[in-house]
Amino acid sequence: MGNKFQNFPKSWKTKSKPHLFCPGCGHPIVLKMLGQAIDEMEIAKKTVFLIDIGCSLLAWDFFNLDTSQTHHGRTIPVAVGFKMARPDSLVIAYVGDGGGYAIGLQHTLSVALRNNPITTILVNNTNYGMTGGQMAPTTLLEEKTSTTPLGRQIDIHGQTIKGPEILAGVVADSAYVARGSVRQPLVLKNYLKRALQTQLEKQTFSFVEALSFCPTNWKTAAKETLEQIEKLEEQFVCKEF
Amino acid sequence: MLGKSQTVFLMGNEAVAKAAIAAGAKIMFGYPITPTSEILEKWIEFSPQNHTLYLQTEDEMAAGFGVIGACLAGTKSFTATAGPGNVLMQDAFSMAEALRIPSVGIIMQRGGLSTSTVIYSQEEVTLTCFGGNGEGLRVVYSTSGLQDLYDYTLKAFATAWKYRFPTFVLGDGYQGKMKGEVEIYKPQNLIDSQPILLADKKYAAGDKKSLAYYYPYINQLTHRPLTNISLGDSVNLRNCLNLEEDIFEIIESYKRDFQKVTPEIVEYEEMETKNAETIIFAHGIVAAAARVAVERLRENGVKVGLFRPITLRPFPTQQIRRVIKNTKRLIVTESALGQFGGMIKEALYGQTDIPIATYYRPALGITPEMLVDKVMEIEK
Ligand SMILES: Cc1ncc(C[n+]2csc(CCOP(=O)(O)OP(=O)(O)O)c2C)c(N)n1
Ligand code: SF4
Repeated sequence: MGNKFQNFPKSWKTKSKPHLFCPGCGHPIVLKMLGQAIDEMEIAKKTVFLIDIGCSLLAWDFFNLDTSQTHHGRTIPVAVGFKMARPDSLVIAYVGDGGGYAIGLQHTLSVALRNNPITTILVNNTNYGMTGGQMAPTTLLEEKTSTTPLGRQIDIHGQTIKGPEILAGVVADSAYVARGSVRQPLVLKNYLKRALQTQLEKQTFSFVEALSFCPTNWKTAAKETLEQIEKLEEQFVCKEF
Repeated sequence: MLGKSQTVFLMGNEAVAKAAIAAGAKIMFGYPITPTSEILEKWIEFSPQNHTLYLQTEDEMAAGFGVIGACLAGTKSFTATAGPGNVLMQDAFSMAEALRIPSVGIIMQRGGLSTSTVIYSQEEVTLTCFGGNGEGLRVVYSTSGLQDLYDYTLKAFATAWKYRFPTFVLGDGYQGKMKGEVEIYKPQNLIDSQPILLADKKYAAGDKKSLAYYYPYINQLTHRPLTNISLGDSVNLRNCLNLEEDIFEIIESYKRDFQKVTPEIVEYEEMETKNAETIIFAHGIVAAAARVAVERLRENGVKVGLFRPITLRPFPTQQIRRVIKNTKRLIVTESALGQFGGMIKEALYGQTDIPIATYYRPALGITPEMLVDKVMEIEK
């Protein structure tokens, strides 16, 4: 029987495809890179995938990996609890920028400070995708969202958060922090692999922010979507920290 | 049922920590709050010889969700909190309720509104029985003294892991902080804890240890199932559903389970109710005062009895309806403004014409003398 999914990562669950993300969304690119990383590292059996409420919730049966949705902002503490109970597992918390930098910021910071051996993957699309494109902590100054119709203003809405930059200042030397972009998926995949390796080999904390497209709420066609992420990359430096 | 027992002098919170260890709990997640902080402190103190773990979390949400993570992995774990911490913790237990994740929360109620006081109160009854967004599909043991704290903490783990409903021990600051003799013992049979979120192909469907046993409707699943679970080579769980009909079906199935096991779980205490003309309804620490009041009143020939629900969820509705037959007067008392009283009245709705007197003292202590006076007042 021909496998029409032969280009898909082995760790993907074919029967839940086509996936539920909007056409042109960046999430599936992050998930594809993650799937390939898991395949190449042959770690599917020990991987536990915990996902936030946000567009990430759409990935609840995306992989052939043990997966659970949690609550908005609370994926990281579930990951910490799981990892404490099963130190031999590889635990991933997959969250949005609202989940990780707003409602769950205390967890994002606390696991970094405690050097908890989990991997946080945070998808930064500069808005709240699932709820219709409101301002997120990552929204750029002047960027229009449904709750900043005139553009984000520093004196009203505050400064844009730069997560990896903040975390890099507080983590232990053994931790891993990086920011990649779905425009450069193979670089992103390398960062993801290093993050997972950090958890596996050093049993320390790792964090990857992925700059990602949200054409639905950006209200962009393919060309402008790419232009927008290039603009984002100027502000959010993509590198290992 | 008891293993070898031993009588020791303990603080209430210490008794809880000891019982959790005896129950096979392996991890405690906690955030300090008076009057429960000693549970975490004692747990840590007892840890080295018991090989348990702990995490002092950044808040009670992290503590509650930490419990969820560990229990998904198959490790018995718990948290303890009070008052405003109980509010934050309940979010995690609503997920436990949604996914039938066995889990235990210990609550020592603080007084009343907002931050308020820290010692004596029964004002977290509604919160603990119904949580946040949920349907109250959980077990709540209301303890009435030191020995209860030990016994029901032990039992809470057995109940949670046997029936897969989140289970709470509801005490108060007074019980948590009091000291006295407690008989401690090990349960003879500990219920195994199975991982929920790990595809475990060791167990065949129908085996009591398989996931399908706990989620009997699993076999009906198709792609994009009507439920919150998808099984293949992996376990996929969700609590966010697309259709109202899906969640309705899940709630209905949980409700049926809850009703089915209610007779096994429900517990209550009766004292001198047989020929009683007046019945006092009280729970928790107030029931301890009511016991003394009943003794004194009986010595003076007053025909009074006490009915104390031990489980507030599930509530002993049938037993309450039975106990009021042939009585003349009913009185509900609590250290709150009617949270427990409302449950009694709901149980008795349409069952009797006898007026129900109330004695509510939110956040205040209730002594035997007060209850004696109150009973004498309504006897007139
Ligand atoms: C406690 C709580 N508050 C609010 C919500 C509503 N809510 C759902 S998703 C979401 C924001 C999602 O944005 P983000 O985390 O950036 O993820 P994205 O959808 O952009 O991937 C919000 C506010 C919720 N589910 N729970
Ligand atoms: S709303 Fe945005 S982030 Fe969410 S699925 Fe659609 S494109 Fe992706």
